[in-house]
Amino acid sequence: MKKKRNLLLVIAMISSAAALAAQGQGLDPELLTKPATDSWPTYSGDYSGRRFSSLTQINQTNVKNLGLAWVSHLTPGVSAPGPFSRSGPGNPPTIIGGEIDEPVPVRGAGRISGAVLQVNGILYVSVPDNAWAVDARDGMVLWHYYWKTKGGTHIGNRGMGMYRDWLYFETPDDYLVSLDAKTGKERWHKVISDFNEQYFSTMAPIVIGNHLIVGTGDDLDAPGFLQSFDPETGELQWKWYTEPEKMGDPGSETWPTLDAMRHGGAGTWVPGSYDPELHLYYFGTANPTPAFSGVTREGDDLYTSCIVALNVDTGKLAWYYQPSPHDTHDWDAAQTPIIVDGEFKGKPRKLLLDASRNGYFFVLDRVTGEHLLTVPFASSLNWATGIDKSGRPVRDPEKDASPGGALVSPDSDGIVNWQPPTYDPQTGLFYVVTDEDYSVFYRTEPNLKAMQGLNGIQEQRVGSAGKYITAIDYKTGKIAWKHLQVSAGEGGGNTGLTTTAGRLLFGGDANGNLVAYDPATGKPLWHTHLGQVSNAVETYMLDGRQYILAASGDSLYAFALNF
Amino acid sequence: MHREKIVLFTLLGLGLAALVAGQPSVSALVQEPGATQESPPAPAQPPGSPPVRVARPPAYPVRTPADPAVVARGRQIFSANCSFCHGSDARGGEGGPNLVRSQLVMDDNNGELIATVVQNGRPDKGMPKFDLTTAEIASIATFIHSMPVGGRAETTGMVDPLVGDAKAGEAYFIGAGKCATCHSVSGDLAGIGAKYTDVRALQGAILSGERRGELSEAPRKTVTVTLRSGQTVEGKLYQIDDFVVSLMDANGNYHSYTRQGDYPKVVIRDPMQAHLDMLRTLSDDNIHNLTAYLVTLK
Repeated sequence: MKKKRNLLLVIAMISSAAALAAQGQGLDPELLTKPATDSWPTYSGDYSGRRFSSLTQINQTNVKNLGLAWVSHLTPGVSAPGPFSRSGPGNPPTIIGGEIDEPVPVRGAGRISGAVLQVNGILYVSVPDNAWAVDARDGMVLWHYYWKTKGGTHIGNRGMGMYRDWLYFETPDDYLVSLDAKTGKERWHKVISDFNEQYFSTMAPIVIGNHLIVGTGDDLDAPGFLQSFDPETGELQWKWYTEPEKMGDPGSETWPTLDAMRHGGAGTWVPGSYDPELHLYYFGTANPTPAFSGVTREGDDLYTSCIVALNVDTGKLAWYYQPSPHDTHDWDAAQTPIIVDGEFKGKPRKLLLDASRNGYFFVLDRVTGEHLLTVPFASSLNWATGIDKSGRPVRDPEKDASPGGALVSPDSDGIVNWQPPTYDPQTGLFYVVTDEDYSVFYRTEPNLKAMQGLNGIQEQRVGSAGKYITAIDYKTGKIAWKHLQVSAGEGGGNTGLTTTAGRLLFGGDANGNLVAYDPATGKPLWHTHLGQVSNAVETYMLDGRQYILAASGDSLYAFALNF
Repeated sequence: MHREKIVLFTLLGLGLAALVAGQPSVSALVQEPGATQESPPAPAQPPGSPPVRVARPPAYPVRTPADPAVVARGRQIFSANCSFCHGSDARGGEGGPNLVRSQLVMDDNNGELIATVVQNGRPDKGMPKFDLTTAEIASIATFIHSMPVGGRAETTGMVDPLVGDAKAGEAYFIGAGKCATCHSVSGDLAGIGAKYTDVRALQGAILSGERRGELSEAPRKTVTVTLRSGQTVEGKLYQIDDFVVSLMDANGNYHSYTRQGDYPKVVIRDPMQAHLDMLRTLSDDNIHNLTAYLVTLK
């Protein structure tokens, strides 16, 4: 008996020594290929994009006992921490970076709306121009980094990437900044796209082996591209353009002119997923430009509004599939695709599931890009006349912006925007938030050929058929259930979703409740009112305790069971 | 393209304030009236006849060229705070109107009018307030004023949204559209063509039941809550989710109830439900014809 206790003590000592050694060792990129339960080391928690955690400590039986573990309010910029800020002894100073003396003032951009990394008990959080390290056990701020911005659209920052002891994040004025995770001190920064061409950058960099995958966006008409950098040196490894680079290249036949192709837009602003066996990185490209007129770009406009598979070592295109050929409503195909190994029509297959912004759900073979299934997942869609032989919705040109106005669902936000979906292998269901909104698109520019970027139209939102969480059986395309996010008015933002093996589906509702639902039925099982939920929930085990981490504006909330 | 409802939570707060004051709910992303009054209202004309367009008076006073450094600074501040809704060139973006040709901006000299809007927001139009200083706003104004207002604004006014057939619209109003079930052209809709100076705003009001109209007077949703005891409470719906329902009764008393399972029983009536339902089936031709008809009701 005593011997056994000693043995346990020794084991305990060894494991705590291992834990100590692990602290500060950073993140071994090899670990990213295995789904983790003790950390949240990359945008979706792992490469699959499933946002499914195998943790069961919090489950349907005890979720009613879920309570607040801590809250941490983060203050962007250089202003002093607010009265509710949690900061460490002596208030850790803000580390300031940037290339100009006087930053462009930005107000109200402190919303956490992307991934928060958790590695070795430390959380790494970002909003535009700001990054923090926070103790995952109590929310205490360890360091704060602030980038003095030149400007750019400050709509959001989708999070950071981590490689060993180093962090990476993008800024709205198009820099990639690398920080030392221990101290928050800057290692280097580099330009990733041209600010003067009105690029702006929000994507969470994705670390894959010795590649750092970095995307960028643009609201004018500059061409999109995805780049891979060496995470150690920041050196460019490859750059893949979302449009063919010259006439004659594959895909250029879907554009009428080189000029149209070179001003075709299609940013790369949503992080993708990755199959380590196939070495393929999957992501969705943004809309073509001009966004609301196709007359100068007749054709499918490859590879805009596409799901693409790139070889992560070479940056070469393996295959593509286009959910919105010749997109004329600014929908993009920018959603994180989900990797699932499962049965389809009785055969085991390597699948890719994607709920596109245009309101159609797609199942593809992720080895070849072969199309397997297309099904609408919203009841309001009215922009397509059918589905073609390759499973692509056929756009109704009558629903393009017109002088008298075209009533279209979805609006330019799409049925879903960037908010991540989730797949639960226990239910076999795919879950996505859906906004069944209607807009009238008016063309206000008389000269179709003069339309540029997002201009030339007025969009008037006229009503919603409801906000829902929608559960889809990928094998049949059938909607298993839809849960209405009831509210008195238009309601607030639907946020992304996460599932766990505890048979829970976490999301935010239209009134700012954080809710745990039954993934089999959509029935709410637990909730707390945060006022808003601004990112998708994350979960991990720390010191034997499972945490649920949510963000609400500039604050992080951690929940755990009250024993 | 990135797009998120960044203003909604601000709106919720402002919406609540408006609710308390007994005002109709607010909604995001309605075009700014100032930006849609490019063309003077067309004079009254017989239904179905082509609209008369009046040329806009030429050239606003030419502004003195500004210090390029101030323009550049204004452009930077604009790009970080305003461009997402109003477009990187201020000529309109996702939801926000074209500012270069906004009446208010044209009337503004050095940010004094713009500051009022920026610092207070436009809660009724879905614009949050921005905590920018007067000097910062002045440089934004300098940037916007540095852009030519000609060409594009002139031509934009020439795109006529009135493309429908008024007679067909009248027939639809009385017949298949069933509009006359609830509405009367001599009653609630009398003079609606004069009330809305902008055709697109009128059309938006038709579709949404004035929920989105620039002169929104839409009645709010009402709710009946039946408690386990059988007691019922009725009033204007204040807030509802899966967990709580709250309302304001006829005496101005606020009531709030926890929702658990099937109790209390909640029945919501949306007076605009018919308008929401018709979004699913209404053809663009019928929309345009209805608008052409209602425009004639001066």
